[in-house]
Amino acid sequence: MATEVLDEPELEHEAREATWTLNFGPQHPATHTTLRLILELDGERIVKATPDIGYLHSGFEKLGEHLNFNQYVTIVDRKNYISPPMNEVAWHHAVETLLGVDLTPRCQYIRVIIGELARISDHLLCTGAAALDLGAFTAFLFAFNLREQIYDVYEEMSGYRFHPGYTRVGGVLYDFNDRVIERIRGVTKSFTSVYADMEKLLFKNRIFLDRLRGVGVLSKADAIAHSCTGPIARASGVTYDLRKDQPYLAYPEFDFEVPYTTEGDSWARFAVRMEEMRQSCRILEQALAKLPSGPVNAPIAEKFPMPDKATTYNSMEGLIQHFELIMPNRGIETPRDEVYAAIESPNGELGYYLVSDGSQTAWRVRTRPPSFVHFSVFPKVIQNHLLADVVAVLGSLSIIAAELDR
Amino acid sequence: MNNSTTDPATDHEATLRTLAQTLGEGAFTTSRFRANLRLHTSPAKLLDLLRTLRDQCGFNLLSEVGGVDYLGYPGRTGARFEVHHVLRNLETSELVIVKTGVDDPDPTLPSATPLWPGANWMEREVFDMFGIRFSDHPDLRRILMPPEFAAYPLRKDYPLRGRGERHNFPRLMRGDS
Repeated sequence: MATEVLDEPELEHEAREATWTLNFGPQHPATHTTLRLILELDGERIVKATPDIGYLHSGFEKLGEHLNFNQYVTIVDRKNYISPPMNEVAWHHAVETLLGVDLTPRCQYIRVIIGELARISDHLLCTGAAALDLGAFTAFLFAFNLREQIYDVYEEMSGYRFHPGYTRVGGVLYDFNDRVIERIRGVTKSFTSVYADMEKLLFKNRIFLDRLRGVGVLSKADAIAHSCTGPIARASGVTYDLRKDQPYLAYPEFDFEVPYTTEGDSWARFAVRMEEMRQSCRILEQALAKLPSGPVNAPIAEKFPMPDKATTYNSMEGLIQHFELIMPNRGIETPRDEVYAAIESPNGELGYYLVSDGSQTAWRVRTRPPSFVHFSVFPKVIQNHLLADVVAVLGSLSIIAAELDR
Repeated sequence: MNNSTTDPATDHEATLRTLAQTLGEGAFTTSRFRANLRLHTSPAKLLDLLRTLRDQCGFNLLSEVGGVDYLGYPGRTGARFEVHHVLRNLETSELVIVKTGVDDPDPTLPSATPLWPGANWMEREVFDMFGIRFSDHPDLRRILMPPEFAAYPLRKDYPLRGRGERHNFPRLMRGDS
């Protein structure tokens, strides 16, 4: 589009002499999080973009070597703070893979439900904020209104609105009660109308379409070569989804589709996310309809689940188990081995490489952060676009700096 | 889509056969835990192994690169550091982990960036956190820590609360800028 106008040969030659450098961030309203770009510009055309990250580096991986498997859940919450339950599911999925734990059917369903709620919440922020950055303010408000309802679900199920810290090794903190389920039904009910509103506001919005179509194109070969996963890879035609291809939890029992397109531009990434939200809503409805009854935590005889308050105070076994798990010189025994386990997070493959030395504190916790991988593609896809396209592409990649820097 | 590869007994059979034919038996050893297949190799043979996995076995997605410091790990006799490359086959959904041991005093590995440009930042992070160098890496700089930082924070001999870097961090006042 506009780049072709700038590419007249004589103009280009003169402009080459005078490229200028612009510092973008680390504090800038359009980055939404703390990240910095050094842009070398030819007029308004980007010749080279150099990301500079690490402003939010907080040593989360080092902390993982000092907190036990249950304590560390509060830290993983703070990685991708847009969808905390998904981080919890990913973390305890890795721990349970290491321990070889079989979750109860109810627990698997509950984790699917909180994971899909987190996916909707993440995509609402990403699509809403992408629209906000490009001037479509109203869609953002509709999206955030629904995110509030999802926060209400978190609050009802765990007591915390923002960082629920809800999962535990072999189970969850509290079982779902009727009020939680009622609130989740409320979310699925309002989702339909919110989606319809966003669709009406954005899908035929000429300005929005023109700002996204053909901007930041990532080809299928590049997406694979640059290790992209999740909606970003699926927008480029890589039909890989861990929920289908390496099924975990109860995902094989649900009927849902994996949307993909082959265009690979910012619009495609936006459209894939919008469709993924609808599929997540389908999963939620199915999961609520056939939520199994029965115990939610693995049986206490398994030695690793944290007993709930009633069991701790009212039974000898519960009290002993609580003591064993809480005392620092005791705790559970884990295999002295290592494991890589990943799940499909809203942004792509979220994996943990977990090394255990036999104690209940990890020897090494390596996070495979999707934001980190996707931000490394940014200089490639933004090249030769205009300065104003930076926010469009950043918004479509959904970079969460807390996860980027950890 | 593909659920048939999760059985560890039949898993990766074709891959292991191809690798043994191309590289010979001595290039790697294998171990398994849960559903993970690990190939242990040495820095000299790493690139050949990765290339064979990518070109002949279809492991075309480099999912993740990370490092582990085993200093003081109970019962450890091998090299101090290990770098793992997690590869995925997008057709068959198989996953394989390539583990390469590197030792002090000068831990160096060949870079995987010629094979996968996506390895660039992940290798920079391993360098930043462990001080493991990647030869032929196009841009081996610190990525998360500031460039002045002297230590490698994820090494086991680096304390959790640091060595006072935070307190001695050079502060730029408004007047000096």
